[in-house]
Amino acid sequence: MNPLHYLFAAYIATWAIHGTYLLILARKYKKVRREMESLKK
Amino acid sequence: MKRGITILAIVTALLLSYALYGALIGAPTERTMGDVQRIFYYHVPSAWTAFLLFLINFVASIIYLIRRSTKADILALVSAEVGVVFCTVVLVTGPIWARPVWGIWWAAGDIRLTTTLVLWVIYVSYLVLRRLSMSGQTPKIAAVLAIFGALDVPLVYFSIWFFRTQHPSPVIGAGGSLDPRMGQVLLINWAAFLCLAWLVCWTRYRLEVAQRQVEEAQALESLLEGSR
Repeated sequence: MNPLHYLFAAYIATWAIHGTYLLILARKYKKVRREMESLKK
Repeated sequence: MKRGITILAIVTALLLSYALYGALIGAPTERTMGDVQRIFYYHVPSAWTAFLLFLINFVASIIYLIRRSTKADILALVSAEVGVVFCTVVLVTGPIWARPVWGIWWAAGDIRLTTTLVLWVIYVSYLVLRRLSMSGQTPKIAAVLAIFGALDVPLVYFSIWFFRTQHPSPVIGAGGSLDPRMGQVLLINWAAFLCLAWLVCWTRYRLEVAQRQVEEAQALESLLEGSR
């Protein structure tokens, strides 16, 4: 396997991990916002 | 507050882009390992950031146990969560670097690798405890677990100084020799990851505060409905 593939795999994996966490946070944020709006009603 | 987050987000994006350019193009190619060595610019700053976040978790947990401060409790939770994300990056990028350099993904029994994995497991357990336990004592138990968990951080850091390990020796301090251009790129990447960690912690802190306020309001609402 080309050594460059390992380099790109590591960088892609890093951003995939951070991206997944940010997606989880975005979902949590939407849920809290929804709950806040239902409380206001 | 919102303006501060926007400014920090812009600074983080610019720093991360510059750091990526430095890691992939700006830094010289290492003679023995070649381009695979560039994984180091993500692996090492992620490890340092994770250690710093676990240290914040440790201090916040002590403050929580002394003062029962909600802010300290939230800070402890947030720093552990973001720390686990950075520690996951360390545990994933390490084996990807090791495969072409050592010929194996994981050196079983290696003290640096094992203690890092144990550190990750401790903080994942901490987060699972906080997520699943409904007891009012959860923040207190979690704070005690965090204090014991933090004992693993110096063990991970100093393991390569005191034990024979396959993991490379420190490149900065303790006699480590690193090309100054590589050192500069490494520090820029660390600054970028610190900004990212700060931004994510800040956002997550605000989210946790909002979530607790909603939970309190919901509890109050159901109490009022029950008394009617």
